[in-house]
Amino acid sequence: MNNDILSSLRPALVMTLLFAILLGLAYPLALTGIGQLLFPSQANGSLVTANGKVIGSTVVGQAFTSERYFQTRPSAAGKGYDGLASSGSNLGPTSQALADRVSADIQRQETAAPGRPVPSDLVTTSASGLDPHITPEAALYQVERVARVRGIEPEALRRLVGEAVERPLLGFIGEPRVNVFELNRRLDTIGAKPNP
Amino acid sequence: MTLQGWLLIAAFVAVLLALTKPMGLWLHALYEGHRTPLHSVLGPVERGFYRLSGIDPDEDQSWRRYAVHMLVFNAALLALTYLVLRAQGLLPLNPLGYGAVSEPLAFNTAVSFTTNTNWQSYGGESTMSNLSQMLGLTIHNFLSAATGIALAFAFFRGFARRSATGIGNFWADMTRVTLYLLLPICVVYALFLIASGVPQTLAGSVDVSTLEGIRQTLALGPVASQEAIKMLGTNGGGFFNANSAHPFENPNALTNLVQMLSIFVIGFGLTWTFGKAVGNTRQGWAILAAMLTIFLVGTAVTYSQEAAGNPILHSLGAAGGNMEGKDVRFGVVGSALFSVVTTAASCGAVNAMHDSFTALGGLIPLFNIQLGEVVIGGVGAGIYGFLLFAILAVFVAGLMVGRTPEYVGKKIEGREVKLAVLAIAVLPLMILGFTAIASVTEAGLAGPLNKGPHGFSEILYAFTSAVGNNGSAFAGLSANTPFYNGLLGVAMWVGRFFIIIPMLAVAGSLAAKKHTPATAGSFPTTGPLWTGLLIGIVLIVGGLTFLPGLALGPIADHFAMIRGQLF
Repeated sequence: MNNDILSSLRPALVMTLLFAILLGLAYPLALTGIGQLLFPSQANGSLVTANGKVIGSTVVGQAFTSERYFQTRPSAAGKGYDGLASSGSNLGPTSQALADRVSADIQRQETAAPGRPVPSDLVTTSASGLDPHITPEAALYQVERVARVRGIEPEALRRLVGEAVERPLLGFIGEPRVNVFELNRRLDTIGAKPNP
Repeated sequence: MTLQGWLLIAAFVAVLLALTKPMGLWLHALYEGHRTPLHSVLGPVERGFYRLSGIDPDEDQSWRRYAVHMLVFNAALLALTYLVLRAQGLLPLNPLGYGAVSEPLAFNTAVSFTTNTNWQSYGGESTMSNLSQMLGLTIHNFLSAATGIALAFAFFRGFARRSATGIGNFWADMTRVTLYLLLPICVVYALFLIASGVPQTLAGSVDVSTLEGIRQTLALGPVASQEAIKMLGTNGGGFFNANSAHPFENPNALTNLVQMLSIFVIGFGLTWTFGKAVGNTRQGWAILAAMLTIFLVGTAVTYSQEAAGNPILHSLGAAGGNMEGKDVRFGVVGSALFSVVTTAASCGAVNAMHDSFTALGGLIPLFNIQLGEVVIGGVGAGIYGFLLFAILAVFVAGLMVGRTPEYVGKKIEGREVKLAVLAIAVLPLMILGFTAIASVTEAGLAGPLNKGPHGFSEILYAFTSAVGNNGSAFAGLSANTPFYNGLLGVAMWVGRFFIIIPMLAVAGSLAAKKHTPATAGSFPTTGPLWTGLLIGIVLIVGGLTFLPGLALGPIADHFAMIRGQLF
């Protein structure tokens, strides 16, 4: 037993050091170099710039709470879409706090389209708190509100949503979805009225 | 439930079955120490590592020496991570300027990553510098996985060898698995992830001025390199707090599918390798059939429950499946399948919040871990855990027919059965014992976020996850306290090594035995009867002890949910 321990010391210490260099430094640093070279946009967060400013990422969601925009889902990341504090709500199925929050969000959404059931993704928080997507149903649900506030024909907005819908790969990998950031960027380019 | 959802599940299983033999063959080459095409590139690295550390890769180690060398190596790795985390503030590659990680948290994290648990009491993007992620954590993702596979190889040799004193060489097994399996796959895998939108940079964050004119700071870092091994090595420790739900870790449905496949692929392959090692690949397929049956039943339960949704939210006026704690790009099926995969294997990565699942939808992930994560299981740990159940199964079959039990040519006697039971008993003892302590102490009861039975489920899940070395959570539990960090740290250590040591002792004892050829009286261990017996033993011996605990947590929660009772 003692002999087993003694004979293990040098291999254990030296191998720890060698693997730390190989796996802890060389591997991630080499990939950083290759990644930056081959896929510079993705490796830095798929950022979108306008007028020299970073306005968002096509991968990560940002908060949209204004009536003028298609809104994103509620978020439990910090105070909402906090990119330094990704998180879900972790509220369980029988949680009073969950029921209260969902009720409030349903009431808020219903004022936009009274009498129609609210798509559930629009009143639930995502797992990441940074969900960039909503379902096509949730986007269509908001069309009349956005049309009213912006003074645009609802039909034009429905077309806009239709064009923005991303379909599942091969028909079954993933869900139909709308990237809210991309949709709102397009929204800003069509006949936008100045913000009242 | 939709046809599209079942197509995804069917495609997932089909791809894995197609990969089982190729992966098994590759693993078998490493098991035997054969030369692979990669040796021409990485062979010098392997030999250099042995030379510098004074290792003779051909030395055949007894089970005791194998165990001691494995343990001392893991202790050294543990110390390295503890030091890196404690000295974080003084070290480079710390763009956000994070200070030292506190002592209880550094202890908990170092144990967590060494034991392949990857329980995370911290939020990655708000605690860890880039250097800590790379040098403190990524390295464990490789080496704890390689340790698991090495141990499985050692166990296979127990069955395969005849009248032998040794069970292989730990250093050679571990090094070969790292260099010729994990590292090459991860390089390709990480590049695929980067191309898909996973960041790989040394920058810490970027400031965004959103369309609504709000300032948003997005955490960045060397994510892809860690993400690849986190999944392939069934580690599960996320770069970010939200783990594989974070769009920067798992940007789309294709990366989600690949992540799920990579959790299982080595586990599938190892069943084939086992069959090959003992001279009959049907032995491996029989084990895989039992695992796959339990997995598919669990998937059906969780998927159907999540698709049906929460009746409480329906009554409020929110239509559809349960989307609380799920991201739209994965939807119900991509989240439900992921949750069953990650807990069947001891991965613990999550792309949806298990805490917010419906009561029975969340019961399956919990129960999967309680079974010992032997349904495919963690890399290496799954198959050796399952083989311990196989030993019990032949023992039970032997009792029924009144013969000395045999398994793949080895007589199973009192010593092996006692050691197997010892290893299997660790789980219920530790999980239920610690849960009981936390449920009656003030420090323990301060943890849960949710009230009522769901709060108890959070505590039960935490200790289940720690002892089972899973690492996923009902994450509402506030576990970053000295009480939970300490207790969970101990639970993780015991849950890993108190199973490994008896398992290696079984390997040593089996290796020393002579080969017993199968006769007409031997119980067949390949057909459907055997597969059925295996499933029964796993469910009864592994699962039954947890039923009372499950009744107090998720099952009570389910009835409350149906009645519309809120807490």
